[in-house]
Amino acid sequence: MAHDEERVGNTDPGRAAREAAAGRAAIAVRPGEFQHSAPGKREKVFELKGIDVLYSGVAAVKGISMDIRRNDVTALIGPSGCGKSTLLRCLNRMNDLIPSAEVKGELLYHGEDLYGPTVDPVQVRKLIGMVFQKPNPFPKSIYDNVAFGPRILGNKENLDQTVEQALRGAALWDEVKDRLEGNAFGLSGGQQQRLCIARCIAVEPDVILMDEPCSALDPISTGKIEDLMIELKQEFSIVIVTHNMQQAARVSDHTAFLMVELDADEDNRWGRLVEYDETEKIFTNPADKRTEDYVSGKVG
Amino acid sequence: MAALGPRAERTRLAAAGARSATEAAMLSGQPLKDVIKGRVFLALLLAALGLALLGLAALVIDAVIDGRSMLSLDLLTNSASRISPETAGYANAIYGTILLIAGVLVMTVPIGVGSAIYLEEYADRTKWWNRAIELNVQNLAAVPSIVYGILGLAFIVRGPLDLGFILFAGSITLSLLVLPTVIIAAREAIRAVPPSIREGSFALGATRLQTVRRQILPAAIPGIATGVILAVSRAAGETAPLLLVGAATFVTFDPTVFGDNGYTALPVMIFNNAKQAQPEFHVLAAAGIVVMLVVILVMNSFAIWLRNRYEQKW
Repeated sequence: MAHDEERVGNTDPGRAAREAAAGRAAIAVRPGEFQHSAPGKREKVFELKGIDVLYSGVAAVKGISMDIRRNDVTALIGPSGCGKSTLLRCLNRMNDLIPSAEVKGELLYHGEDLYGPTVDPVQVRKLIGMVFQKPNPFPKSIYDNVAFGPRILGNKENLDQTVEQALRGAALWDEVKDRLEGNAFGLSGGQQQRLCIARCIAVEPDVILMDEPCSALDPISTGKIEDLMIELKQEFSIVIVTHNMQQAARVSDHTAFLMVELDADEDNRWGRLVEYDETEKIFTNPADKRTEDYVSGKVG
Repeated sequence: MAALGPRAERTRLAAAGARSATEAAMLSGQPLKDVIKGRVFLALLLAALGLALLGLAALVIDAVIDGRSMLSLDLLTNSASRISPETAGYANAIYGTILLIAGVLVMTVPIGVGSAIYLEEYADRTKWWNRAIELNVQNLAAVPSIVYGILGLAFIVRGPLDLGFILFAGSITLSLLVLPTVIIAAREAIRAVPPSIREGSFALGATRLQTVRRQILPAAIPGIATGVILAVSRAAGETAPLLLVGAATFVTFDPTVFGDNGYTALPVMIFNNAKQAQPEFHVLAAAGIVVMLVVILVMNSFAIWLRNRYEQKW
């Protein structure tokens, strides 16, 4: 964390957020301590208050309010087109890359407005990393893929060590340690996705967002990534979008169920949060009938 | 089947046999009309291709036959001469072309790649002026080269820039001519880098500049280089605009970039030799054409090799 001082020292937007993030080291987290804790126990990372996301003025999700907590795996589930990915992309301001996208409502990150006028989206993404649906390694060596983040942040000291730690953290080190200079495209799909996770944790983010990270992978690779998520939540907070309900049930602590809502003449559709609770409750005793129908496979 | 009894079994077999006979007939029997149509269409396609290749081959063979008595290394090393075509060569013209092309490269690569990066990575396509720029770049690529020649004469040789008839003015004119092509080629190379690479880079906290410099440009360089070489080989063969901006048709010394005592280029020299009265000069022109074709062929082959060797497969 040597670079944290340097980062915090800059007088740039998002400073308070990073100071808050740097503070996470003070919280001791032991493995297995927080299995399915009740909402409200742990510190809030994100607070969403009435979030609407619009593309060219048309709503993709409406009125989302939920808290996302530290060292949790929070799963977003729901049928296709319910705006899970859209919502996820609000959390690190990836939607800013789409000129027509617009986010309304209040989104707090460690208490600070993530969409405040002084917040720089680039700083946000240094703290809130993302892993995508399809593995997207850079067309470079395995080493350079992992080193890319630290290099752009200017952390060039002990780069070899940072790369090794990140690869170990993503359970990939033993498979690639003899071919770090080999092209990342030579890896299997599952290995590529773990490389993308290594790339993400090499910049020591606070939160990792995962957008259906296993949907392009075989069951064995999926299993490895799920194990990895449970490992990684000791250190990071994870938000995952998944189509796979078993996956949500296996890895997450909290689950949010979103559904598609239509207006009266069925011209417009948008995503709405139906229920958000502990994963165990969502899958065994959901409060909403629609959640029950969905998780039991009756709809969607 | 046992429950059906022998009679029903026989009926079933007969039906199956009849069906398989019809199916076989349907497999083999393409109507004659369709066969003929197909063959005629294929013949037309081959004829079109053959005609195109024939024209090209005739040109090359004719040039080689006409110029074969002059084809030697002396052609590349001897200076131009108006008195003795037997010992005349293209050395000054080749040197002029090299200088012109070097100038074109120096000007078009930064400007063309920069424009392409702006249009692909920064421009907001929902704004009308960006769409207007895009459309106009494409239109400019289709403007005849003589128009650029007149533009060069009016604005570069005379007018605002007032450079005079120097080689550098020729370089600028040729640069204007190939810039749209370079921009279009560079944009295509940049667009070939998938959006997932940009997202991956931005998601790690890279700025737009870092993403362009460290991810997009390295991945796009082979494609950009290919486009630039193809554009430049077009510039190397241009004659019309150069005639307007002062490429003197007859120069017996090596030109300089800013010297105002005249310059020439390979295609201009060929043109000059071809219009002389003595038949010896026509042989010299034919030999020059062979040199010109070889140079352009080598450049284009290098571009294709570069593309195949380094282009990123996604």
